[in-house]
Amino acid sequence: MTSDVKPLLPRHDDLVNERLVAWYFLAALTFLTVSMLAGLLVALQLIRANPLDGVELLSPARWRMVHTNAIAYGFLANAFLGCLHWAIPRLTLRPVASVALSYFIFSAWQFVVVCTAAGIILGPSFQAQDWVAELASQFHISMSLGAQGVEWGETPFWIDPVAQLGLLLVAINFMTPIVRQRGPMYVSLWYFMAAFVWTFLTYGMGNFMPEYVVGGVSGGAVGGLFIHDLVGLFVTPLGWGLMYYFVPIMLKRPIWSHGLSLVGFWGLAFFYPLQGIHHFLYTPIPMFLQYGAIISTIAVELVVTTVVINFIGTIWGDGEVLKKNLPIRWFYCGMIYYFITCFQCALQVTLTFQKLIHFTDWVVGHAHLVMFGVFSMWIFGIMTYLFPRLIGRDWYSRKLCEIHFWFSAVGVFIMFLDLGLAGVFQGYYWASLAPWDVSVTGSQSFWVVRAFAGLMMFSGTLCFLVNLYLTWRGPVRELNPDIDVAPALA
Amino acid sequence: MFESKAGILGIAGIGFFLFAFISNVWTPILMYKDVTEKTVEEVVNYRVMAHFGDLNRRYPEAFKEAFGEPTEENCAAALRLGRQLYIGEGCWHCHSQFVRPVSNESKRWGPVSTAEEYQNELQRPVMFGTRRVGPDLSHEAGRRSSDWHAVHFFDPPLVSPDSPMPKYTWFFDGAPNKPNKRGLAIITYLQWLGTSLDSYPYYEQVNADAEEDY
Repeated sequence: MTSDVKPLLPRHDDLVNERLVAWYFLAALTFLTVSMLAGLLVALQLIRANPLDGVELLSPARWRMVHTNAIAYGFLANAFLGCLHWAIPRLTLRPVASVALSYFIFSAWQFVVVCTAAGIILGPSFQAQDWVAELASQFHISMSLGAQGVEWGETPFWIDPVAQLGLLLVAINFMTPIVRQRGPMYVSLWYFMAAFVWTFLTYGMGNFMPEYVVGGVSGGAVGGLFIHDLVGLFVTPLGWGLMYYFVPIMLKRPIWSHGLSLVGFWGLAFFYPLQGIHHFLYTPIPMFLQYGAIISTIAVELVVTTVVINFIGTIWGDGEVLKKNLPIRWFYCGMIYYFITCFQCALQVTLTFQKLIHFTDWVVGHAHLVMFGVFSMWIFGIMTYLFPRLIGRDWYSRKLCEIHFWFSAVGVFIMFLDLGLAGVFQGYYWASLAPWDVSVTGSQSFWVVRAFAGLMMFSGTLCFLVNLYLTWRGPVRELNPDIDVAPALA
Repeated sequence: MFESKAGILGIAGIGFFLFAFISNVWTPILMYKDVTEKTVEEVVNYRVMAHFGDLNRRYPEAFKEAFGEPTEENCAAALRLGRQLYIGEGCWHCHSQFVRPVSNESKRWGPVSTAEEYQNELQRPVMFGTRRVGPDLSHEAGRRSSDWHAVHFFDPPLVSPDSPMPKYTWFFDGAPNKPNKRGLAIITYLQWLGTSLDSYPYYEQVNADAEEDY
């Protein structure tokens, strides 16, 4: 559309495959719904109100693993891929390597996610059959048909190679336009480039090493690094890269400080991968490595502070926009939550805190604030901004968009506070040597609050889905200027 | 360098990742390389064999159908299957397998975990766990009888009234006194955890008076 004015710039339609972006978003929302239902099932089980207890294929423990994997690989990965198909071609002014490859990756990734879920749910049911034991003794592998025994890496061992290949293809598809572009690279592209390398390496390390290469305590160190890098080197750089892209576009002003952008990227790149072992403090992993992980965790908190300051500097003087521009509000609310989780992390990683809160619900609250309160909320913001463009209609109801925001933002914060407090109680119950049941009954009231907080978040998401459906079914309408603040080309 | 493609790919993407990998992964591997990893057959001991034989006496028909005779070889097969179920059924997301040197854990659960306990095939991948909704299981063997475990798996509140643990009725053929192959395997696995230690069997030490305080 700008081709008449600036003939040198490619047309938006030649760069971005909007249909693919929309498909990725729909897949992401599907798995988000599955994941939230799984979370609800586990929450009900903990308060002993699960009406489906005793049904093998609805086992809460199996669905607990579907809950986390559907979020990481079904929701976040799909949503990020959709966003990248929008952002990278527009940043580099070049399309991705191949449309056919893009569609192949899309289908392959859905195959991976569905197989992961199916493996986790059905695998254990077939575990006792004789052919499993025979194959295992033949190939000397553990042959757990269902989940693999690495947290966040429960992807069954038989689907790991496909996922690894998929990640390679993703990197090739997106790196092609990045490598071809000339001139200085924008901050987002630093994060994206690094993320493609890191995700590929991290996935390979976590899913193959503890299974085939090294067991025991050293395998635990790999597992810890994997849990950590999956959040820090896959989700975090993609999330921040998208913030560096969308925030300046919507605010129509540049990022406040280029220097701080550099500090943020290089600080994350150096300190984040060094922290894995902080997930297993007080284990037989050598103590000096535990200290190293603790120190770099505290260091990364300082880096995070510079990034958050940079974004606050960007919006400084224009705070009014938070009231009317919903995507911006999603983004900045997520950043505040990000600062809170990282600050919390710098405290809880110390050995003093670890004594009390390790193994408790404190950590569960922390994880929910990171994965939902930060990255999912950023994605909701991006979806709120992009869906009207992708389907050519303004949102059916601004009010439903608002409800989605408030239910999600308040719900996850209630869950975070509630589980944090529960963790402190549990820690003291355990240290007091009270019988174990005391800690379980003492947690009940917290778990009830948690279930309601989860329901609140889920209702917000349902509002979003209903709104999306009504928007899609409704007539083509002009975009709301509040949401539509960007020109066709960034 | 800080904004070039080569710098970002080479230094941040690969360089820093490798640095972290060498320091956080390669170092412990080198440090523990002389502690050999035992096979499942090597960790079968007379203590777990006693439990395995006990299962054979309690549930003879089911045992015969699932494992035949209570030999060491069949015990190893049961341990392998038991551990696979421990992973596949997600037990490790609510039960830990490591005792920390803090918070009175060694009083409650037994001796603090050491690296040697984890150097065997049944700890690949290691089952440290990250959440304790239920008790730590690293020294579970011998603490409770196998028929207690059977009833507990079938319907946890029957023996542990406040337990939020789900039912695992699919480990049985309809009744708690009829465990199937999966049930027998997971009980064997539980009755193995901690059998290599001098402290076996370690009973949980709790302050019974504390219950009245809460």
